[in-house]
Amino acid sequence: MLLSALVFLPLVYAVIIGVLPKTSWIRPTALGLSLLHFVLGLAIFLDFEKGVAALQLVEQRQWLPQFGISYFLGIDGISLWLVILTLAITPLVILGSWTSIENKLKTFHVSIFALLTTMLGSFLAMDAILFYIFFEASLIPMYFMIGIWGGSRRIYATVKFFIYTMVGSLLMLAAIIVLMLMTKAQLGGQMSASLLDFYQLQIGFVAGEFFTTQTLLMFAFALAFAIKVPMFPFHTWLPDAHVEAPTPGSVILAAIMLKMGSYGFMRMAFPLFPDAVEYWAWLFVFASALGIVYGALVAMVQPDMKKLVAYSSVSHMGYVMLGLFAFNIFGMTGGLYQMLNHGISTGALFLLVGMIYERTHSRQIADYGGLAQAAPWFSIVFLIVTMSSIAVPLTNGFVGEFLILLGAFGASKVYGVIAVTGVVLGAAYMLWMVKRVFFGPLSPMLSKYKPEQLDMNLRERVLMAPLVILIFWMGILPNHFLDWSKESIEHLVNNRYGYELSIHEKDGHNGR
Amino acid sequence: MTEQILIATLILAPLIGFFINGLRFRSPNGVLAGSIASVAAGISFLASVLLVLRLVDMPKEARQITAHFFDWIRVGDFSVPASFLVDPISAIMILVVTGVGTLIHIFSIGYMSHDPRPAKYFAYLNLFLFNMLLLVLGDNLLIMFVGWEGVGLCSYLLIGFWFTDREKAAAGMKAFITNRIGDAGFLLGIFTLFFAFGTVDFAELASRMPEVAEVGWTGPIALACLFLFIGATGKSAQIPLYVWLPDAMAGPTPVSALIHAATMVTAGVYMIVRMSHVFVLAPNVMMLIAVVGALTALLAALIGFTQNDIKKVLAYSTVSQLGFMFLGVGVGAFMPAMFHLMTHAFFKALMFLGSGSVIHAMHEEQDIRKMGGLWKLMPITHATFVVGWLAIIGMPPFAGFFSKDEILWYTMTGNMGHPILWLIGILAAVGTAFYMTRLMCLVFWGQSRVDSKVHPHEAPLNMTLPLIALAVLSAIGGWIGIPHALAQFIPGHPPHLLGDWIKPALVPLSLDPGSDLLELILMGVSVSLAGISAWFAYDSYLKNPSRPAELAKRLGRGYEVVANKYYVDEFYFGRIVNPLIALSKGLWAYVDVNFIDKATYFLSDLVAGGGRALRSLHGGNLQQYAMYIVLGLVVALIYVMI
Repeated sequence: MLLSALVFLPLVYAVIIGVLPKTSWIRPTALGLSLLHFVLGLAIFLDFEKGVAALQLVEQRQWLPQFGISYFLGIDGISLWLVILTLAITPLVILGSWTSIENKLKTFHVSIFALLTTMLGSFLAMDAILFYIFFEASLIPMYFMIGIWGGSRRIYATVKFFIYTMVGSLLMLAAIIVLMLMTKAQLGGQMSASLLDFYQLQIGFVAGEFFTTQTLLMFAFALAFAIKVPMFPFHTWLPDAHVEAPTPGSVILAAIMLKMGSYGFMRMAFPLFPDAVEYWAWLFVFASALGIVYGALVAMVQPDMKKLVAYSSVSHMGYVMLGLFAFNIFGMTGGLYQMLNHGISTGALFLLVGMIYERTHSRQIADYGGLAQAAPWFSIVFLIVTMSSIAVPLTNGFVGEFLILLGAFGASKVYGVIAVTGVVLGAAYMLWMVKRVFFGPLSPMLSKYKPEQLDMNLRERVLMAPLVILIFWMGILPNHFLDWSKESIEHLVNNRYGYELSIHEKDGHNGR
Repeated sequence: MTEQILIATLILAPLIGFFINGLRFRSPNGVLAGSIASVAAGISFLASVLLVLRLVDMPKEARQITAHFFDWIRVGDFSVPASFLVDPISAIMILVVTGVGTLIHIFSIGYMSHDPRPAKYFAYLNLFLFNMLLLVLGDNLLIMFVGWEGVGLCSYLLIGFWFTDREKAAAGMKAFITNRIGDAGFLLGIFTLFFAFGTVDFAELASRMPEVAEVGWTGPIALACLFLFIGATGKSAQIPLYVWLPDAMAGPTPVSALIHAATMVTAGVYMIVRMSHVFVLAPNVMMLIAVVGALTALLAALIGFTQNDIKKVLAYSTVSQLGFMFLGVGVGAFMPAMFHLMTHAFFKALMFLGSGSVIHAMHEEQDIRKMGGLWKLMPITHATFVVGWLAIIGMPPFAGFFSKDEILWYTMTGNMGHPILWLIGILAAVGTAFYMTRLMCLVFWGQSRVDSKVHPHEAPLNMTLPLIALAVLSAIGGWIGIPHALAQFIPGHPPHLLGDWIKPALVPLSLDPGSDLLELILMGVSVSLAGISAWFAYDSYLKNPSRPAELAKRLGRGYEVVANKYYVDEFYFGRIVNPLIALSKGLWAYVDVNFIDKATYFLSDLVAGGGRALRSLHGGNLQQYAMYIVLGLVVALIYVMI
């Protein structure tokens, strides 16, 4: 019941928010409920067994039996931390939007809870159709979020965002239907949309030909996920969406929604189409490496801070994909870890940019300068997050990036070397921005404000504290996190061909 | 167990100091902040001494103390524990780092007395010590890398400490990014070694090395050593990545003494010595290291002739002295390189602190053309600086003489050495004698050219005491490594203490010792050439002050090139950085906005056009149209499958 509660309680919260009589109650109630939900989510750890690769906490009920579609939730080491990340980011987003979102408060918080349901559903669904519904439905609240609270070009950005992601996922739906038809043919006449059944399929593959079943199906899935990640060259919706989105939207988009793409590769594209993925890996590896370098270079010359962070996401997600496509334990572990790290560091960067924008109403780097002397706390936190973003050791970013580079180098020396240049470029674009925004004499725009107007207030410090703690915790003691995912990742790496996922049966008696 | 506690104390004391000062970073009380930081550094020094004493008590071949704390990264068969190693090599480093470090902390209390944010400064200084200790104590490459990047970060923060000045902030950024280029090489070195030998642990790596050296450049060992050496050129400011170090002088002067002279910049040398078992198996890379070291020593010394900023002169001198150390490790003279690393830490820290004392007294004036005759006004600073000067130009019996000559001796006679390298080394030494004497003449001796509004005065006791301590070390520090050729004439025949201490921890090398007579002759040559060079500088700057300008004029274009540092910065910015920025702007404007986006619009217009056509036929809406696409695709896919 726990997973269902996690997925659907947010809809109840949305209703509660909807019937609140006073506007001033909305924010505290939403924050309280989201925190409660996070604590509820931690209950997963009571039941989740380390050292098990199989699916845990499973809930399965028939839904549309004539099509073999079921209501099927489960969690394993791959989805575990993404679920926890989603749960943890939500209260921070609500706290972060405390003063920046002022109109249509109800709609806003309802949207957030709707997003929470769809995102958790995407990570927990083990039925392809159920997954597809959550995956698609998550677009709608995000669409509203950008469209209602966004910047001046929000309509353009939302349409672009919607069309891009829609095109990709329509192809995926087609591929899912084909797979369901295949289950009927191959698995005893009963159609099924369960991923566990999909994993059993024998899908025809001919190396060197594009028009073979496995290759086509793989690309149908991969395109949907690659757009979501986003991988070069499907990334251009991202900077526009980020720049126009309000801070909470950017944070959720960067921290969680992008991971639905990279998660999709791990959960579906890799185990379902092992031959095609392996055969066409060069294409994805090339796009990832290009994305790392390209994203970093374009980030370097952005005049707008938020756009810079958005392009840095392209570069960072390039690392994630490069790690996953190394197909070894280092790259895969690093890739998964970097998804979490990117969620934390980029989420934090968007929050920070949002904080300062709220005060000065400018995101132009050229307007800034000398912020470090006016806003020391803000600067310290920004610098720590920067260190995480450029992967300085003892921050979380280093562990992920190191493992990815190790894995990439092990898979291909050439791509290892190319990816390592990103280490230098990453430092260049971040530190150059830091230099222009924080150092030097106080800029004319900033000197209009009193220092105490510019620096973080108590709410913002409370908001950033957990992220800073996580940056160091995950950087110094990564095994606290990786140990939970170890089995699942190893299982995927070692058994990509003939992948199977069983359902973990508990001993039953101890009842905990 | 007590050893584990000692190691933990050694490493954590500065970290605790960092947190204490870091949390009260706005406090203006410099004495308190400085005392906290100095005590933290002092505790580390004490722990180092105790650890080294324990090491001394152990039998010669078994001098190792290890401490394992926890598993840091453990993925697949890649396992990196947070564990630390005190052996004769790291023992020297921890003594230097914490010893010189503590002196510099104490000096800083006086130097930063007028600064509005002293707590922040001391917090960074402690953080640096912590990272430096991780670097030298880590028992595997990855823990070393943690410290390696960590010291780079502290260097960045401290160079840009006075960040309201754009140039200083830019210097910090330049240091970090240049170092990152090296760090990228270091990472590749780690990867190469791991995939070739399955470990990044120093001891295990040494035990898994093959018997015979690798031929060529492309074997795993050669590649790994090459990558690691790239890392070393970044951190230790060697050609081609040395450009950040002169700019790094923008930081407070004690920082230049600690980070950019005595400790951090020697990390590359230390790393190669630590990995000596691996590097000796890549003779080509060793040769490259020796050549790069020798050329850096010479070319940086030449730039030293032309600089007028007291700290820039010392900075180029540091680059040059580091070149000597790399020349040493390159010819397999690991012990002499460590020796020079140590003596250099003493005399260069001394001279940087001395220059700090001068700059402090001159109200932040750094131009040596506006100094002169300071010896009367600053007797202690002057006297200690003289010791440093004698040490760096290699006058016996000062520290630099023993270590530099030992490197040159191995360069001449060692089987990896070469007479041409020796010659370059001697030229660099002669150059050093000249520009350092020039510095002495312009700063301390001759007529005063000090602005009449400035009244230089001797520094307070907490600044002069560290100077005196370092002067003593610079004077006698070399006596722990008296070569046999000289020792035989000294009553009691003092042994080569350092050699006996460190050699068991190094790769055993059969270096041809050469004859004592030859060693004495070569010693005589280098000392007398340096002496002549120093005298010539003295004569040129004090007796015939018009001569330098005439000489410069006669050299014409050559002098221009040297004075402009061979236009290397101009090349890097003009040919690499700026084109890269232009390229990036181009990518953004043409690839993202004009190509990918336009292509998408074109496609979506096409589809939308089709959609409109469909709508007119069927009166459908978006959902219907989406459904058609899906159905069409399903049909197409099924068709392909059949």
